[in-house]
Amino acid sequence: MDFEDTAEEARFRREAREWLQTHAPRYAPPAGESDAEGFALLPLARRWQTAKAEARYARISWPEAHGGRGGTAMDEVIFEEEQRRFALPPDPFGISLGMCIPTMMQWAEPQVAERFVRPALRGEEIWCQLFSEPSAGSDLANVRTRAVRDGDGWIVSGQKVWTTGAHVSDWGTILVRTDPAAEKYAGLSYFWFNMKSPGVEVRPIRQASGHAAFNEVFFTEVRIPDAQRLGAVGGGWKVAISTLMNERMAVNEADIANITIDDVVRMARRPGWTGGRPIDDPAACAQIATLYACSMGVRYTRYRMLTQLSRGGLPGPEAAIGKLALARNIQDMAAFAMEMRGPAGIIDDRGGDPDLAAMQEAWFYSAGLRIAGGTDEILRNTIAERVLGLPQEARVDRGVPFNQLTS
Amino acid sequence: MNFDYSEEECALAEQARRLLAERAPPSLIRALLEGEGRDRAAALWTEVSALGWPAIAIPEAHGGLGFGHVALCALAEEVGRAMAPLPMLPSIYLAAEAIATGGSEAQKARWLPRIALGEIVGTAIVGASVSATATGNRLTLPATLAPFGAEASIAVVAGRDGAWIVDLGQAGVVRTAVRTIDQSLPCATIAFDRVETEPLQMIDAERILARAAVLVAFEQLGGADACLDMALGYVRERRTFGRVVGSYQAVKHRLADIYVANQLARSNAYYAAWALSADAPELALAAATARVSATAAYELAARENIQLHGGIGFTWEADCHLHYRRSRVLAQILEPVETWHRRLAAALDREGVA
Ligand SMILES: Cc1cc2nc3c(=O)[nH]c(=O)nc-3n(C[C@H](O)[C@H](O)[C@H](O)COP(=O)(O)OP(=O)(O)OC[C@H]3O[C@@H](n4cnc5c(N)ncnc54)[C@H](O)[C@@H]3O)c2cc1C
Repeated sequence: MDFEDTAEEARFRREAREWLQTHAPRYAPPAGESDAEGFALLPLARRWQTAKAEARYARISWPEAHGGRGGTAMDEVIFEEEQRRFALPPDPFGISLGMCIPTMMQWAEPQVAERFVRPALRGEEIWCQLFSEPSAGSDLANVRTRAVRDGDGWIVSGQKVWTTGAHVSDWGTILVRTDPAAEKYAGLSYFWFNMKSPGVEVRPIRQASGHAAFNEVFFTEVRIPDAQRLGAVGGGWKVAISTLMNERMAVNEADIANITIDDVVRMARRPGWTGGRPIDDPAACAQIATLYACSMGVRYTRYRMLTQLSRGGLPGPEAAIGKLALARNIQDMAAFAMEMRGPAGIIDDRGGDPDLAAMQEAWFYSAGLRIAGGTDEILRNTIAERVLGLPQEARVDRGVPFNQLTS
Repeated sequence: MNFDYSEEECALAEQARRLLAERAPPSLIRALLEGEGRDRAAALWTEVSALGWPAIAIPEAHGGLGFGHVALCALAEEVGRAMAPLPMLPSIYLAAEAIATGGSEAQKARWLPRIALGEIVGTAIVGASVSATATGNRLTLPATLAPFGAEASIAVVAGRDGAWIVDLGQAGVVRTAVRTIDQSLPCATIAFDRVETEPLQMIDAERILARAAVLVAFEQLGGADACLDMALGYVRERRTFGRVVGSYQAVKHRLADIYVANQLARSNAYYAAWALSADAPELALAAATARVSATAAYELAARENIQLHGGIGFTWEADCHLHYRRSRVLAQILEPVETWHRRLAAALDREGVA
């Protein structure tokens, strides 16, 4: 058990800190204008991303050939920790770099992946992930968007929904049904494609928070070349699962919300609505302690997993702990922080008090976070079945051709 | 950074787990609740003392093994898993830790080798509410609860006005055994009437509590995991309405929640183990976090373990109530969790997050 940096880690931390001190302050976001997803400040976020990419801090653990540094996962954590000290625009490139590009690197021809890695890393090109549909969310394999063979390509028709960032995306990865007569999980295929293709129509959806960061995407006879297929025809499910594994490992507090427990503590140390400091009040202490223990528990659980990885282990289903615990904790933290302001905590305070505005934003966003990327309930199922070995949920959709399922 | 037990620490834990499964089975704990089995518990202490358990983190210079605090944490986890009826908490986590960290060279030389051998057992009366009054080197204390208070040879006493070591073999010490909700961890009250003391100069009650809290968190962690394992074992077998209980989603989700709570508590405990072993300035915050997390996890796991067993879980014969008892005792014995909430918040306030 050793929490100190190794000599190399310490060197990397110093280097990262110096670099951040010189560069980060230039990208501080204007007060009150950010959204949790990061699209409101896209131009600023892009400039920051380019600066990081040029200094090879954009994806530290990627190979040097892909613009990374061939660093360890621990180096990524170190950079995150150092970066957390600065006010920076929220990161809208998480789906591009955390899901789509890793899937491309794993499944596409190397020269094809090569073409896309750099522009994505620099924030010049954005990717979105088109998995969910009106009748396929938790039950993702229920996708109905059809792809029909047409010479050396496919004609895609149907609808995707909840697609984060589709309105600003250049490229997308999509899961479609290529064989409705096959069993549900066997009739799927996976493609990458140009979001500007004829027949793709993106309609922003207004979210509970009022922003519109996700979209409906309609496909009317969109042509996708067969060369843009990832994995086998009918092998799309396997590719989708590999994407979702990337998603699970990506979760950490600073990445998925713009607030951390530090922000809650900072607010608790200032006078609350009654004049006294919340941190001096026993009832508030109980909440702060519980929130803090959860935040740190998630942070250190991630470090434990990284230790396993560094010893040659693989990320397992227990990675679901992070998002499950964190999304709820962010919701609790944000509500508690708003309460510290008393009745005034409900005043929409964008542009006024940046601390409160960030908490309100997180309070909305966390409600979506408990759904996005695997709902709380689905993650509990995953833990119960794949970690604790309990029986699977009853299934009626196995072994039946998709087009004979009643749903 | 390396955030796991080493191979040696794993081996130690594994050995302890096997030994305790054999020598400290639930039947022994249940016997102790009924006032029997004390001799078996004492024999177990002799046996593990010979294996060096009390000596693990005591420095070699003072008759210990000097394996370090992470090894002691790994061992504490196994003691907690088995609910072993050993005086590790009062004698090692509290008394030995206090003397090793805050004692003079003479005090260490006098007491630590004997504690390390398991020859004598120490206890401790520590906390802001301890109302010990000192006049010169004489100490007076109203009757106060102490784990293994009847068996102990010495006590570390620490309150608002100082910390002391008291030899319990002298006149003026009055001990009265008390029944608690968990007789497998016996307690007594101890009172002093102007007894002779030696001051412990380099430590205060808060530091003694912080160090012990980390070690107790590992016991709580072991207990919480034992509850999860018990519950899993049961729901995999028990059938209702033609299917195993563990296939119901309400049950699966509850077990997933327990698993998550246990894992978060484990991670917080690991961080605290590091802070303890490195005597890092973060120890106060890390210890409070580990304590809050582990207390909540053990309590949840112990309660739900009874629940998931149904009626049988509420019987004397089932082992569930042993953890239900132990989880409550460990929650309260080092001052209740509410005081740790305050400690945690105070530590955050002191560290002054920007
Ligand atoms: C903010 C946000 C961003 C998103 N971004 C994207 C994106 O970029 N790309 C994309 O493809 N999708 C995206 N999604 C969609 C997301 O993946 C789905 O919303 C999610 O998987 C849930 O699916 P659903 O909405 O169809 O809800 P449903 O699956 O219909 O679930 C409804 C309720 O039933 C529960 N439930 C369902 N099945 C079970 C079960 N087996 N056991 C217990 N409970 C169950 C759920 O937990 C939920 O509470 C996003 C969603 C949100 C909220």
